[in-house]
Amino acid sequence: MKISLNWLREYVDVRLPIEELARRITDAVAEVEGWRTIGEMWDPALVRVAKVVAVDPHPNADRLRLATVDTGERTVQVVCGAPNLAVGQTVAFASEGARLFDGHTGEPTRLKLRPIRGVESAGMVLSERELGLSDEHEGILVLPEGTPVGVPLADVLGDVILEVSTWANRADLLGMVGFAREVAALTGGVLREPSREFTASGPAVDGLVSVSIEAPDLCRRFTASVIEGITIGPSPAWMQERLRKAGMRPINNVVDITNYVMLETGQPLHAFDYDLVRGKRIVARRARPGERLVTLDGVEREFDGEMLLICDGEGPVGVAGVMGGGNSEVNDGTTRVLLEVANFRAGSIRRTSTLLKLRTEASLRFEKGLGPEMAMYAQQRALHLFETVCGGRIASGIVDVYPGKEPPRTIVLEAARIAQVLGIEVPVEDVRRILGDLGFIVHHVPPAKYSVQVPSWRPDVEIPDDLVEEIGRIYGYDRLPATMLRGTLPAPEANPVMSLRERLRDLAVALGFQEVINYTLTTREKLALVTDPLDTVRRNPLGVVNPVAAQHAYLRTSLRASALESYAANRRQAEGPLRLFEIGFEYLPVEGDLPIERPVLCAVLGGSREGRWHVGGGEALDFFDAKGAVEAMLGALGVRGTFTAAEEHGLLPGHTAKFGVGSEMAGIVGQVHPETAAAFDIEEPVFLFEVWVEDLVRHLPERPPYQALSRYPAVRMDLAVVVDASVPAGAVLELARSHRSQGVTTRAELFDEYRGPGVPEGKKSLALRLWFRADDRTLTDEEALKVRQGLLARLGREFGAELRG
Amino acid sequence: MTTETGSLARLEAEALAALEAAADDAALDRWRAEWLGRQDGRVTVLLRGIREVAPEERAAYGAAVNALKQTLEERLEERRQALKRAELERLAREGAIDVTLPGRPQPLGRLHPITRTLRDCLDAFRAMGFRVAEGPEVEWDRYNFDAARIPEDHPARDMWDTIWVNTLIDGKRRMLLRTHTTPNQIRVMERTPQPPVRVVVPGKCYRQEATDATHEWMLTQIEGLAVDEGVRMSDLKGVLYEWARAMFGTDRRIIFHHSYFPFVEPGVEMAIDCFICRGDGRQCHTCHGTGWIEILGAGMVHPEIIDNAGYDSSRVTGFAFGIGVERVAMLRWGIEDIRHFYSNDLRFLGQF
Repeated sequence: MKISLNWLREYVDVRLPIEELARRITDAVAEVEGWRTIGEMWDPALVRVAKVVAVDPHPNADRLRLATVDTGERTVQVVCGAPNLAVGQTVAFASEGARLFDGHTGEPTRLKLRPIRGVESAGMVLSERELGLSDEHEGILVLPEGTPVGVPLADVLGDVILEVSTWANRADLLGMVGFAREVAALTGGVLREPSREFTASGPAVDGLVSVSIEAPDLCRRFTASVIEGITIGPSPAWMQERLRKAGMRPINNVVDITNYVMLETGQPLHAFDYDLVRGKRIVARRARPGERLVTLDGVEREFDGEMLLICDGEGPVGVAGVMGGGNSEVNDGTTRVLLEVANFRAGSIRRTSTLLKLRTEASLRFEKGLGPEMAMYAQQRALHLFETVCGGRIASGIVDVYPGKEPPRTIVLEAARIAQVLGIEVPVEDVRRILGDLGFIVHHVPPAKYSVQVPSWRPDVEIPDDLVEEIGRIYGYDRLPATMLRGTLPAPEANPVMSLRERLRDLAVALGFQEVINYTLTTREKLALVTDPLDTVRRNPLGVVNPVAAQHAYLRTSLRASALESYAANRRQAEGPLRLFEIGFEYLPVEGDLPIERPVLCAVLGGSREGRWHVGGGEALDFFDAKGAVEAMLGALGVRGTFTAAEEHGLLPGHTAKFGVGSEMAGIVGQVHPETAAAFDIEEPVFLFEVWVEDLVRHLPERPPYQALSRYPAVRMDLAVVVDASVPAGAVLELARSHRSQGVTTRAELFDEYRGPGVPEGKKSLALRLWFRADDRTLTDEEALKVRQGLLARLGREFGAELRG
Repeated sequence: MTTETGSLARLEAEALAALEAAADDAALDRWRAEWLGRQDGRVTVLLRGIREVAPEERAAYGAAVNALKQTLEERLEERRQALKRAELERLAREGAIDVTLPGRPQPLGRLHPITRTLRDCLDAFRAMGFRVAEGPEVEWDRYNFDAARIPEDHPARDMWDTIWVNTLIDGKRRMLLRTHTTPNQIRVMERTPQPPVRVVVPGKCYRQEATDATHEWMLTQIEGLAVDEGVRMSDLKGVLYEWARAMFGTDRRIIFHHSYFPFVEPGVEMAIDCFICRGDGRQCHTCHGTGWIEILGAGMVHPEIIDNAGYDSSRVTGFAFGIGVERVAMLRWGIEDIRHFYSNDLRFLGQF
């Protein structure tokens, strides 16, 4: 909302510098987003008020005229092209050197005088655009009658416009009076309310119009008055100026009054051409389904049965609280006006304007919740202006149908509650002053209570804590000390999944992986590249109704697509190794319920590993780098994974393994299928692994499987065996590691796999390094050899292994 | 005797001269074999020859030869050390490497700047006794809005442009991508039969919003909630003050502005003093010349929400706050465009 400081000053004295005022308003009332100073650049000596005393034709041009203006000091002649120039006007006049805006380009410029079509011009009569007030350049700016001639223009038109963002529950702040009330409370000023006096000299209103409310749940109050003897014309210059500063376009005197009073009070009003109201009857009722009306913006609109319409004797003439109908619009021939000022249920207006996609100044105010008393207040204020500005004859009486009348709300506030909520005591006199200034009626009930009557324009204040907020914000939150929470701490809540997630994050980083965070919404097409066609859950992701962009329309059921996208995007930037990971959720749909959010670590890697120099050059990362990272993570977590060959959509068969811990699969590692990689614009071998956090967490030891260090040395031996090429090395290794004999444990590592000369066709040689250790003695070489012999025999039985000769 | 002594002295001089001439380990080994070798080292032979010495002279002879042997062994060791030193000196001098050559590249992983900032924030709150909990990103409208006192047809809903999930339940759309972490206030209290509650809830949130340098549709928030008897707005100020100091420096100051969120009463927005221009930069891009940086929304939990949780709002009060992690990260590192975070360009991520 735009607040003109000059206009504000009509209701409250403002003595603070603008910076200070803006700061105080932001602290306690509403956010001041900025302000604009009007007339800052108008030199007081060069841009002044003048009066047009004569207008003569230009001797050499039809479109131009010669204006004689009185500048207060002298009378000069200027050349002027404005069609609206007329004798008697008070205008803005600039002398040579004045800083202005170019009327055509809008650029800042300095006035330089030269003869126009052979006639000297002593200065320039200015348009709004040249003054920087608006884009209006059709004619010159005409100042209100009676503006003193010769004074600097800045003194009469200069202003500061505050841009203020108000709250969704404060319709009253969208009116100048309501805003001024806050400023008064904040600065210790006194609120001056505008005059609502008028003389009713016309016929009785009851004989002119009848009003009925058929939907009292949607329309709490409807007031109507009739003004006769109106001549449509422009509204006075001062009113137009204020409307423009508030960002509204002046239309004519009748419409301008309704807009002006809305800006002043926050209460929307609507003027009908009385003679177009059929049956002289107004009904507020729900629309009949399918009912239509062409609104003032020329659009035909259709309504549903929950929308409130304002109808006359024959049909709709307006959409309640949103926009009037074209069929009853005030026009140049209007002489009698029916003025509607009503109160509608906020939620209903909100719903209607949302469904019609029609947000108006009126609906924005109604939807925030206006107090019903404001209707009569605005009605009276408008009648005052109709009488003083338009010279209208006001019908006697105001129709007031008010089925929703409620007694004023009274709230009992315990003084102790203020300290309980804020943490400080606020003195009684401050409580009384603050609430009093804001329009509340306060009775202090000693020793420690306040009985507070809420003003009608503050329906947002419902409970004692609402009053605490009123007190706190005006008293000043800067008076609150910074204290620390007291009392007992809640019991700790173990969250093993979250802990494991963070642990995995640290481990991945320690292993050289860069963390990425991808958008969680993607496309079905991308998900289809990385999920199995038979996986009906992952192939049917949850979609969103209104994505921010088409590529973010489905909640991802796999992290793999976005991981590969990140890989491809970074590959375009640099060569060398890429190791990326993300920990995020798969969103797996569940019929009729929220989706399962399944935490997964997904990593991708590829490219040449680090060489001697920072330009790549090492051998390519491969499957065993990926698997090594998995093993390292599992090892750090105190478990060892069991890897088995697997097939998975999007991964290359024969180069993919699932791994389990305990009885459960906990992840997958493999080479991304080159076709899948190519679909993501990756032309090199790229590897991927996933750790399924929730599956892993169930099989982690509660604490690390700690063993005291043995005091006895291990005996190290190597063992090379020949097995069928189809025997998984992992199984051989696993058996070796599990080998125990008479208190001797075996540590085993594989250090070579060999096929070729010296090993029969269809066989392979596996070289194992073994460490045998007893807990209670130093092993002799003979004992160790016996254990190795036993191991070889088992390998022979299980896998047909033979000692490599 | 003197002859013997004299010949031993000559022998020693000869041996030491040869030792001096030996310039590397191999030469030393040869020298050792010649003089001190177990089989036929010249001194060894002398020792063995003791049997041919007259019995009364044997003791003196033995002592003299042993002394020679010891001297040679000592000098050998000294010579070895000297050669080793000389070798190391040569290595240092002649074999000097160009230490300005780049080091060998090592794989280095980094956390995402949002993760780092999130963790730093959570650590600050943990230090004040807050627990960490989580809640779903895909949420019921009831939790996201209604239970947070944001009814349908209320303009407050405009504060959160919502992305709705395309699933009808009983003919209505009820699932959405949570627009804030606020629903976790309700969820945490629901599962906590009795106060105290002191929890921070991090997570992703979503807004149906056009993106630009300061707006992103996917966000990370931290919800804070403390509910107990005796929780005051001044405690909110104290907790946020400590957090601000932990994140932005111990000399930070904070202020509360009046604000409106339907789920708190009173509601405030917190600002910290601008640590970029220190309050005197009219042109400051960070605070726009105001000297203050708006950083989060907060307030006292609305009594209705306390009562709905089954607590007695006349005794129990609470505060809540919501922190935008991206905003915090942008401020602490001077990041100019929020869209960097989720574009995952290593040139960006590698800087944190």
